[in-house]
Amino acid sequence: MGSLIAYSFLAALIVGGALGVVTSRNVAHAALFLLTTLAAVAGIFILSLAEFLALVQVLIYGGAITIVLLFALMLTRLEEFSNVRDNTQWPMAIIASVALLVVLVGAIFASRPSGAALRGASFQEVGTQLFTKWAVPFEVASLVLLVALVGAFLLARGGGNPGDDGIRDGGNRS
Amino acid sequence: MTLLHTELLSAVLFVIGLYGVLARRNAVLVLMSVELMLNAVNINLIGYAAFTDPGRVLGQVLAIFVITVAAAEVGLALAIILRLYRNRGTVNLNEINLMKW
Repeated sequence: MGSLIAYSFLAALIVGGALGVVTSRNVAHAALFLLTTLAAVAGIFILSLAEFLALVQVLIYGGAITIVLLFALMLTRLEEFSNVRDNTQWPMAIIASVALLVVLVGAIFASRPSGAALRGASFQEVGTQLFTKWAVPFEVASLVLLVALVGAFLLARGGGNPGDDGIRDGGNRS
Repeated sequence: MTLLHTELLSAVLFVIGLYGVLARRNAVLVLMSVELMLNAVNINLIGYAAFTDPGRVLGQVLAIFVITVAAAEVGLALAIILRLYRNRGTVNLNEINLMKW
């Protein structure tokens, strides 16, 4: 019962924060709503007895990704920073989203999900599996991170001369 | 809480993220919405790992990989957005039509 109350509270935080992310007029507020949602997702992980994932969620999403997103927001500061407008296609977006929600909820109820009792996995079990059965994908993931790091660095660094920053945009500069 | 609650929460979060991806105009905000969708997937994976998987860790391992790819994706996408902003002076997705025929 207690876990259901906590779950409802966290779910409300998640949905409210997510709605804030997609509807907030102020870009910085959207980033802070995103932080709320990510922290609440970490809470859901704890309730699902996945403590390791909760720690990873707080460290990577709450710490790194939100900060990087805020950096990008500040570096691409626009005149409409505090009053950003949406696409003109937002009614279509609402229709598509609601349609997908209907399909998903219908599928969920049609499949009648039934699980056994909640069981978690200890740090030790996750680590053992990750470094034995999943060792090769793990190494590939580290390679992906390395490539992304180098690529992001090269892209964001810019070139030597001002105005000539390495990537041509076809003379289409506006 | 049961598997049903987890799935419903995941579906709602995914749909909200989809709306953000479709409706937002600022590239960074679209990226935030993509993060919402990835989190919805993680909630689902963890739910199934906790409720149905006999080995209990498969969903967690997959979620770790999802988070890894998400981190790489955010880094690269933000670098691309910064470069776009430097070259074009905008991160407005309606005006970025470089690769349109």
